[in-house]
Amino acid sequence: MASLVLAEHNNAALSDATAKTVTAASAVSTPVHVLVAGQNCGAVADAAAKIKGVEKVLLADDPLYAHMMAETMETLLLSLAPKYDAILAPATTDGKNILPRVAAKLDVPQISEIIKVVGPDIFERPIYAGNAIQTVEAKLPKKVITVRITAFKAPGEGGNAQIEKISAAGDPGTTKFDGEVLSRSERPELTAAKIVVSGGRGLGSAENFKLIEKVADRLHAAVGASRAAVDAGYVPNDYQVGQTGKVVAPDLYLAVGISGAIQHLAGMKDSKVIAAINKDEEAPIFQVADFGLVADLFQALPELDQELAKRGR
Amino acid sequence: MKVLVPVKRVIDFNVKVRVKSDQTGVDLANVKMSMNPFDEIAVEEAVRLKEKGKATEIVAVSIGPQQASETLRTALAMGADRGILVKTDAEVEPLAVAKLLKAIVDEEKPELVITGKQAIDDDCNQTGQMLAALLGWGQGAFAHRLELEGGTAKIEREVDGGLQTVEVKLPAVMTTDLRLNEPRYASLPNIMKAKKKPIAEKTPADYGVDVTPRLKVLKVTEPAKRSAGIKVKSVSELLDKLTEAGVI
Repeated sequence: MASLVLAEHNNAALSDATAKTVTAASAVSTPVHVLVAGQNCGAVADAAAKIKGVEKVLLADDPLYAHMMAETMETLLLSLAPKYDAILAPATTDGKNILPRVAAKLDVPQISEIIKVVGPDIFERPIYAGNAIQTVEAKLPKKVITVRITAFKAPGEGGNAQIEKISAAGDPGTTKFDGEVLSRSERPELTAAKIVVSGGRGLGSAENFKLIEKVADRLHAAVGASRAAVDAGYVPNDYQVGQTGKVVAPDLYLAVGISGAIQHLAGMKDSKVIAAINKDEEAPIFQVADFGLVADLFQALPELDQELAKRGR
Repeated sequence: MKVLVPVKRVIDFNVKVRVKSDQTGVDLANVKMSMNPFDEIAVEEAVRLKEKGKATEIVAVSIGPQQASETLRTALAMGADRGILVKTDAEVEPLAVAKLLKAIVDEEKPELVITGKQAIDDDCNQTGQMLAALLGWGQGAFAHRLELEGGTAKIEREVDGGLQTVEVKLPAVMTTDLRLNEPRYASLPNIMKAKKKPIAEKTPADYGVDVTPRLKVLKVTEPAKRSAGIKVKSVSELLDKLTEAGVI
């Protein structure tokens, strides 16, 4: 049959997570179709049509899908499900919010956060905060899958899929969107950045977190944080890297003032290079860091900033 | 209104798990088990609703082996009123959990079900959303803040871009994120009191739910290990190494 990939977007731009999910979908069942559901999201559909390996883009452009609420998305996906033997979404908060509803109504288990497609029916997924990898066989009439996007590469552009407009599928009327407060930042998106500079409880305050931001800006990096720093209110929740926050795998992850609890390591240990600055030389972060500097961050961060400036960054 | 709170017995979040050498799973023999941290947050939220006079009764449910009754006792010591243990030694997948919970909801008729957003053992993040779908209810997943107003739950949710607020008609399902509240420690008098609170024992068959796993676990293996690298002596040496590695 075919795979259906739920596109991740903000109505204006398509997220890179979609293309990476297409890569996973291509290994499960082909051809691959992408569903773009949103409002005034024609540009997103155009971008999805360019992803290599996509045969068709379904565009549901309707006010009902402006915020991709789980309940209306469930109805839409269920209306399309008969034509597909696999439905996939990136394991973003939208994907995690929506897909379990679809799986439950199709009476199949969901396969969460796959990191590898071993075969069309066999998948690897991390469990216990990534401290174990489970290989599961899913011989199911339909597969509903969320994809850990750091584990898959985007297929690149070069596709020329047709775009088919589809109509809205109804509203169960249980849930209403009532506003959002989104972090605005000129910095790269955390899960897509090549460099991430993260701060932990060691920063001590929201004010001091600016030291992290300054260094991040010199490196054109995204800013992340440990749970402790978010809980303490130094930075917003969407900065959190870890088992239950965001999973990142940049070329460089620089952890500053982060001790390295297993829950945090779960979100960053697939980074290409890990560097850590911590004054406690016994901190567990040093057990996974390629380069460790035992130092007081309040001295090291300004020094780092100056040294980067000196080197023309 | 009645609030239903499912709680799962899982490996304690501080325990470093070990994969069994025969690759059949992780070693749970003689390791500390606790209530799933997100479920503690769910119990706490329910207890706060009761303290505010919004909830009248809190029913805690656990699905698992006999020892899951200890997890229920913890919920009762935190302030839940009674427990339901659905006893099974099988590995129960989230869909089967959701089906069991649906059957319990049909009997108990709560107006709000509060689940943890994910269990820290299987990291599935499915049960609450599946339950909402099976019931045809609305959901507020990954809740950061809850306000009950009339017949609706106003739920602020943690999303990738920041925070989103939804208004969900009751009855509804809410799943908890980390910053919804800080769960209390049960006091000794409350732990004693909890011993007298009732726990009903059931089986999946009582609810007519087949809990046979639908996914077959072929193996469980260790992830690729990262090893510790080197210590550098200065900020400038660190930058030299990062430049050499080609990452800055």
